[in-house]
Amino acid sequence: MSTAAPRLQPQLPPPVIEFRQAGLTYPGPPPVPALTACDLTIQHGEFVTVVGPSGSGKSTFLNIVGLLDAPTEGRYLLDGIDTGSLGDHDRTALRGRRIGFVFQSFHLLPHRSALENVAVAMLYNGVPRKERPARAREALVRVGLGHRLAAVPSRLSGGERQRVAIARALVARPSLLLCDEPTGNLDSANADTVLALLDELHDDGMTVLVITHDQEVAAHGGRTVAIRDGVLREQARV
Amino acid sequence: MRPRRSRTAAVRVEPSRFAVRDTLSESLAGILQRPARSALTALGTVLGVGTFVAVLGLTATTSSQIDGRFNLLTATEVTVEDIAREQNAFAEPGFPADADLRVERLGGVRHAGVFHTVRLDPATGGVRAAPVGGGAGGGERTDVVAASPGALRAAVPRLCQGRLYDEYHSGTRQRVAVLGSGAAARLGITTLDTGPAVFIGAEPFTVIGIIEDVERKAELLLSVAVPRTTAEEIWGAPGGGGTTMLVATEVGAAQQVARLAPTALRPDHPEYLKAVPPPDPRTLRSGVTSDLEQLFLILAGICLVIGAVGIANTTLVAVLERTGEIGLRRALGARGRHITTQFLAESGALGALGGLVGTSLGTLTVVGVAVVRDWTPVVHPATVATAPLLGLVTGLLAGLYPAWRAARIQPAEALRR
Repeated sequence: MSTAAPRLQPQLPPPVIEFRQAGLTYPGPPPVPALTACDLTIQHGEFVTVVGPSGSGKSTFLNIVGLLDAPTEGRYLLDGIDTGSLGDHDRTALRGRRIGFVFQSFHLLPHRSALENVAVAMLYNGVPRKERPARAREALVRVGLGHRLAAVPSRLSGGERQRVAIARALVARPSLLLCDEPTGNLDSANADTVLALLDELHDDGMTVLVITHDQEVAAHGGRTVAIRDGVLREQARV
Repeated sequence: MRPRRSRTAAVRVEPSRFAVRDTLSESLAGILQRPARSALTALGTVLGVGTFVAVLGLTATTSSQIDGRFNLLTATEVTVEDIAREQNAFAEPGFPADADLRVERLGGVRHAGVFHTVRLDPATGGVRAAPVGGGAGGGERTDVVAASPGALRAAVPRLCQGRLYDEYHSGTRQRVAVLGSGAAARLGITTLDTGPAVFIGAEPFTVIGIIEDVERKAELLLSVAVPRTTAEEIWGAPGGGGTTMLVATEVGAAQQVARLAPTALRPDHPEYLKAVPPPDPRTLRSGVTSDLEQLFLILAGICLVIGAVGIANTTLVAVLERTGEIGLRRALGARGRHITTQFLAESGALGALGGLVGTSLGTLTVVGVAVVRDWTPVVHPATVATAPLLGLVTGLLAGLYPAWRAARIQPAEALRR
């Protein structure tokens, strides 16, 4: 697909995400095209939703954007860094530093407190041990959970769990908040709280990319990209 | 086709890190999140290491008890046995006539002498304080020992009356006797002032000394000792193999004297004589320990293997259970190596904890047994130092496969769980 990415001036920072005819075909046999080669640019501070039904290629797209998989054709640039030129270790390091993941199933460590769960995100990216508790606390306060620092996940509501996960994604100060069905496991009240939080973060300048099957959630984004049968297509806003 | 990675365009990305302290704290948290399971998992290592320490401690303790039985006396005693007839049915007695002299010439020898028990003809009777038919005789049988003067001295006797016979008595085949205190009491001889005599068979012997105590050959106290030469003149040389030489040596010389004595006595046929040195404490210890120790160490090894299998199994289950967590950590920037390290650290810590508890229990077992038996507990520092390491190594080995599996889990796959 072609996106209407604005022509950047050289002095501006590079886009957070830039797909240049990036696509992925699973080798098979037979080869299965999962994501058709496409162009996509997401600038700093955008709130983009990618919407599509089950089996449309959402997960493949998420894996490529999240550096969990590499495109088999074209190029994918994250913060201007050509990820195709990186080895596994560098891709892992880049993932840990530049991308904050939010998952549908939260992926919280069940026996750790909210504070510890958030601090885990700073284990691998060189944040000094002494700074971690303060930063984790700050992130939890930011998502409105300053009063639940010591609670373990089983004592938290679904919405609170997802907010802990968002705090964990934020704490490493990533360039991109990558959310995979962030409201998929939540009731509507909790889903609204989480979406409101994402809106707030976006308002604060965070780049947010939400992948969802839910049109209502998709409507939250400033820009929506539809995906169907592995083909990305910019969706006109009504 | 995947696009070729352009090396020239390589960008320097600050690498992921996983500090040692973080590794330890994460592994400890991993262990503590399921304390009961961790405790049960470590049980195998506890038993293995505990058995290891207890076996080594108990054998060291019992060995030290055996060591305590070694004293100056037993360490300076060599006996030489006449085995000439075993080697050659027609051989003459193994000891030459001047046996005492030959051995006493060796360096480190204090006293040496040959002795044998005289076989009396039952018809002529035993030892009596009066002539045959004259009454006063010990109701019990009293042995007659034909001993050279050196043999008597080598027994380190303490006399209560009189003196020992010497080379003059021996050389001139005097009919003199030295009584042990028990034999004297039996024969009713209490003083030498009256010049008492004892009759051995029909032969009278003048009693010239009464031995109150001996340090070696306690049987002398119940015997009548007569010069060997006199005995051989009267009753003839003993039949094959009855003669023994007793050698008292200087401290530390016993082993060497035992090596040299047969050659010094019989340069022509040293094989006719068998020298028995005092048991070497080291060989004795190894003799005592080898059998039981090996058995228990094998049991300890089996416990450790069971422990290792337990840890491997639990860690593998944990890896499968925690696939989502592994995916999350990979998403947060952990490399496969960091995941391996974390799981290895967890299994290693479990093993080390099991090793520490096992070492404590093993040491307590040794102390407990020693207290009950009134022994001094001995546990070598090397055992206590290496035992927890044994646990650690067991844990690490057990964790290798699960940790390798954990590192191979694809993050995208893991995060879908």
